[in-house]
Amino acid sequence: MNALPVPLGNYIILSGILFSLGVIGVLTARNAIVILMSIELMLNAANLLLVVFARVHGDLGGQVMVFFVLTVAAAEAAVGLAILVAVFRLKGSVDVDRLNILKG
Amino acid sequence: MADQFIFWVAAIVAIIAAIRVVILKNAVLSVLHLIVTLIALAVLFLQLSAEFIAALQIIVYAGAIMVLFLFIVMLLNLRKDEFGRDQLPWLRLLGTLAGAAFLAELISLIGGGRVMAATVPDGFGSVRSIGIALFGEYMFPFELTSLLLVAAVLAAVVVARRKSSNEVDAAPPAGSEGEA
Repeated sequence: MNALPVPLGNYIILSGILFSLGVIGVLTARNAIVILMSIELMLNAANLLLVVFARVHGDLGGQVMVFFVLTVAAAEAAVGLAILVAVFRLKGSVDVDRLNILKG
Repeated sequence: MADQFIFWVAAIVAIIAAIRVVILKNAVLSVLHLIVTLIALAVLFLQLSAEFIAALQIIVYAGAIMVLFLFIVMLLNLRKDEFGRDQLPWLRLLGTLAGAAFLAELISLIGGGRVMAATVPDGFGSVRSIGIALFGEYMFPFELTSLLLVAAVLAAVVVARRKSSNEVDAAPPAGSEGEA
């Protein structure tokens, strides 16, 4: 079997749609937890393309890179959520519109 | 034919769930929809002979990272009326437009033409082949991830712990461990 299930362009467009939804989430969400989840969405869009091109080129490097992305995502989620807990303790909210103490 | 059907079902499920991650007000529902997206992507990984990555996606991502998110959402116990009136209502529209423009630009960059996938040997993407790659060619980056994870665990504990009362005003003297 040396053909992809669907043409390569379909995977790229799917990945692009998921990445753009992540971008929209980061730009529009006010709940900081949803912003973190949108970042996870973008990481997953990148993962999909890594796996697709690992298959296209027959090179395992892409799949190994997904493994590293997974590790980074876990570290980022742990630190990000710890920061959110600290912020919630300080402000009583994770609304990013209220985190304005750096405003001049 | 069945392969195409599976792709389209998984892709549509992933996109609808991703849209709901972004637009739902309830953070718990957002987390659950993100898990649906991750599982749909795992189905696509299985089709692309990435069995080990698909299993990792479900066990580590949907199983561990998303449970961490769910745990924090429930720990913070946000109410729905937490987020009052939008201070910058046009920002939401502008953000959506920026995302749509980004997508249009991405799609415009895709060239045509059929790409044939390489013929892959049996066991491509299996635990055995990934393990050989990880502990052979990618040994050094793999060891670095352990450093990254230790740093992340330490940072999470230090940032999220409650400061004990005598530490709040004065910086703690070096070497003394405050009560967590």
